[in-house]
Amino acid sequence: MAKKANVGCARPTGGPVGEEPTETSQEQQTIKKEEQSMIMVGQKVPDFEAPGYQKGEFINVKLSDYLGKWVLLCFYPGDFTFV
Amino acid sequence: MSIDSMFVHKMWDDDELKKMVDGGVPFPMLSDAGGKVGKVYGVYDENNGVETRGRFIIDPDGVVQGYEVLTPPVGRNVNETIRQIQAFQLVRETGGAEATPSGWRPGKQTLKPGIDLVGKVWEVWKTENAFD
Repeated sequence: MAKKANVGCARPTGGPVGEEPTETSQEQQTIKKEEQSMIMVGQKVPDFEAPGYQKGEFINVKLSDYLGKWVLLCFYPGDFTFV
Repeated sequence: MSIDSMFVHKMWDDDELKKMVDGGVPFPMLSDAGGKVGKVYGVYDENNGVETRGRFIIDPDGVVQGYEVLTPPVGRNVNETIRQIQAFQLVRETGGAEATPSGWRPGKQTLKPGIDLVGKVWEVWKTENAFD
């Protein structure tokens, strides 16, 4: 499922997976920024890939690798806060 | 998932979470530096540079069945999250033949949506069922 990651001194990061957003003009980009997009229930979730930590190992996780299972995805403000 | 690096996740797990959970957190603790994933999910707070308390239930087809987003000061209710997952699993297992009315918990009565139920919900479901 999650793949073990080789870690150097860099701070790796992930991001959304899938189609790149199409090029938009400056004006359209400004409009887009003002909109707050939200996920729609009943629709496919956006796929992503992200580095992480699990049980003594640094890992890379891709959401779509979990197809076939129920997934609970939780965001929280920061480590050392409550969840 | 938070904006913290996986290194900070490790230190948090080592220093604190292992004192709460035997062996530490069993599931992946993911890093979203810059909030790139959080932005796509609509939970990244650009003003404060952190994720809000967003929680998404994703079914085996990768479809989001429900979500809840709270501002940082208020924590979540894990029992309610588990109840919702159980309800979505029941609906999926019955192929949509059964639905779970307000206040449903495992063992409580479900509803069978269809023409026979129209105007008859009051006969099979009482308002006290909405509460535990």
